[in-house]
Amino acid sequence: MRIGPGEMKSAFAAVISRDLSLAVRQGGNIGTAIGFFLTVIVLLPLGLGPDQQLLQRIAPGALWIALLLSVLLSADRLYQTDHDDGSLEIMALSSTPLEVVVLAKASVHWLTSGLPLAIAAPVLGFLLNLDTALILPLGIAMVTGSLALSLLASLGAAITVGLRQGGLLVSLLVLPLYVPVMIFGVLASSGAQSGIDNSGTALIILVAIVLAALVVTPFASAAALRSYMR
Amino acid sequence: MALWSNFTFNDGLFALNTARMKIVGQQLACERGGRLVFAGVDFTARAGRMLVLRGPNGAGKTSLLRLIAGLSEPAGGTLELEEASLPPDTLLGEHVHFIAHQDAIKLHLSVTENLSFWAGFFGGGDVAGAMAAMNLTALGEFQAQRLSAGQKRRLGLARLALVEKPVWLLDEPTVGLDAASLQLLADMMTRHLDGAGIIIASTHIELPVKSSDILDFAGLADRAG
Amino acid sequence: MSSIERFANPTRFMRLQATVQPWVWMITLALFAVGLFLGLARAPADYQQGETVRIMYVHVPAAWSALMVYTVMAVASIIGIVFRHPLADIAAKAAAPIGAAFCFLALATGSLWGKPMWGTWWVWDARLTSMFVLLLLYLGYIAIWQAIDDPRRASRIAAIVAIVGFINVPIVKFSVDWWYSLHQPASVFRTDGPTIHPSILTPLLIMGLAYSFLFLALHLISIRSEIGARRIRQTELARTGALQ
Repeated sequence: MRIGPGEMKSAFAAVISRDLSLAVRQGGNIGTAIGFFLTVIVLLPLGLGPDQQLLQRIAPGALWIALLLSVLLSADRLYQTDHDDGSLEIMALSSTPLEVVVLAKASVHWLTSGLPLAIAAPVLGFLLNLDTALILPLGIAMVTGSLALSLLASLGAAITVGLRQGGLLVSLLVLPLYVPVMIFGVLASSGAQSGIDNSGTALIILVAIVLAALVVTPFASAAALRSYMR
Repeated sequence: MALWSNFTFNDGLFALNTARMKIVGQQLACERGGRLVFAGVDFTARAGRMLVLRGPNGAGKTSLLRLIAGLSEPAGGTLELEEASLPPDTLLGEHVHFIAHQDAIKLHLSVTENLSFWAGFFGGGDVAGAMAAMNLTALGEFQAQRLSAGQKRRLGLARLALVEKPVWLLDEPTVGLDAASLQLLADMMTRHLDGAGIIIASTHIELPVKSSDILDFAGLADRAG
Repeated sequence: MSSIERFANPTRFMRLQATVQPWVWMITLALFAVGLFLGLARAPADYQQGETVRIMYVHVPAAWSALMVYTVMAVASIIGIVFRHPLADIAAKAAAPIGAAFCFLALATGSLWGKPMWGTWWVWDARLTSMFVLLLLYLGYIAIWQAIDDPRRASRIAAIVAIVGFINVPIVKFSVDWWYSLHQPASVFRTDGPTIHPSILTPLLIMGLAYSFLFLALHLISIRSEIGARRIRQTELARTGALQ
């Protein structure tokens, strides 16, 4: 019963398949997230005026902001049911490290929220008169960056899992962590819009940020979840 | 959980050879939210016997079970696992079945799916046997949200028969069970004890299980001050 | 009882703090007196910015201190998590409001400085933007302490927040610098680098030291009051426990 790689893999797969079928069965989540995304997009022209030039200029940044808000808010309750129904404690009482559980749950969140949103966002960019040449780079940057967004959002969810008021506190904690992802995400998807074309370098840095999040967030999230169990 | 990692054992084999296993707590103290829940608790839980925790609400029965599981750390005293043939540096947590107040089931999954998940998570388990043990076989395809409270409890308890673990920590396992289910639980517990397992359970009703010791929390509140 | 053991160390801290506190205050006042005199009266006015450049002697050390305090907080959090030292948790918690205040001071003076320089109260300058994100990190840290009742749990969760935030600070700095350099090439605050004249640098460094001692003085007091608050809580809990 020592921690074997095989056992960890099967636990990882078990959590992934359970959460995926729960996401499919409960439905709603992906639809709500895209609905929220669209709401933010609609508010922009209403607030800024329908100037096509202006909208085209701000489109990549606006889409990124809508994306990161949607990913953040859809992760709010990521660990809530597992915490409330006692599953998390049972998972903690096994040879599988909680870090593996965290990674599995964050992956499912990415697959069911981050990824579909990242694919939908550039397509929905036509609403903001997005330069069609930017659709592909925006898609690549968003699919990459949304991994970091999901991981950091899951950290926020873990940090606030035992608390009554989640949403606002999670936003305050996680949005500052989103700053680098958004900056390099926008740079990687804007092409030569701001003069020199740095999108390649920006994409590499974005990948580096994703890897850093992949290393740090499982440990931090698992530590937070353990603290709430004590 | 770090607590359990300090123990080294001579025998490196783990074959559920728990015949002489003992869990010994000495002068245990527990704090929750900065408040001392209990102090000076001594107990010995032996293989093949059930230790029953008795006492009023808030006396710390749940806290003690969580302490033994390794979900929290004692504020004082020692917990030791004696004469068990578990590998060195073992965490007791992974050799424990913990039945808490919550049933750890997903309402949107069927009975079979719920148990299959835990079987997958623990790296293998006898789903059909677990369902039979708590008389859930006929309910296999039912979504858990359509079960009654008692049926949900049975599904939670079925985890005990899913994977073999030497130590069972049961927090009020009988809540919501009818007489027939109570008997199923008692049978399961008896089989576990016959196999030299350890059970520590908090309960308000008399369980039809032979060979039990009692740890009474009634007098402990005074000692805590 | 173990709870007494856990406060044995804080007791020693209380004694030390009582002895050290007046001296720290005296050094702080002396440093501020010298630093402000040199900065506001002796240092030359800028040939472009005129007398307004003197805001720098308040602004720049405040920004330095805000970063330093976050470092102190993160280190204390690591010590608290690794060694379970209660004094480290308390030190981290006590540092946060002071750091947030330094951060706010840096932002406010930056904004005041912006008015005569850019003709507007706020410009999204790279340094100011990074400082703004740092303020948000401070606010999140303070908010998490307030959201969790159990002090031991709060200290663990807050430590995680502080450490993750600390990893984030240089990444934010790097990304904001990149972002700014692409949108507006030249930076306005040229207070660093080898071009700086000693007549400016000396008062600046003295002010930096003054801020550090001010932090030390406030931190010691803040830790003392936090220990006091925890003891009151402990006594109250013991009483309610005895009443049951």
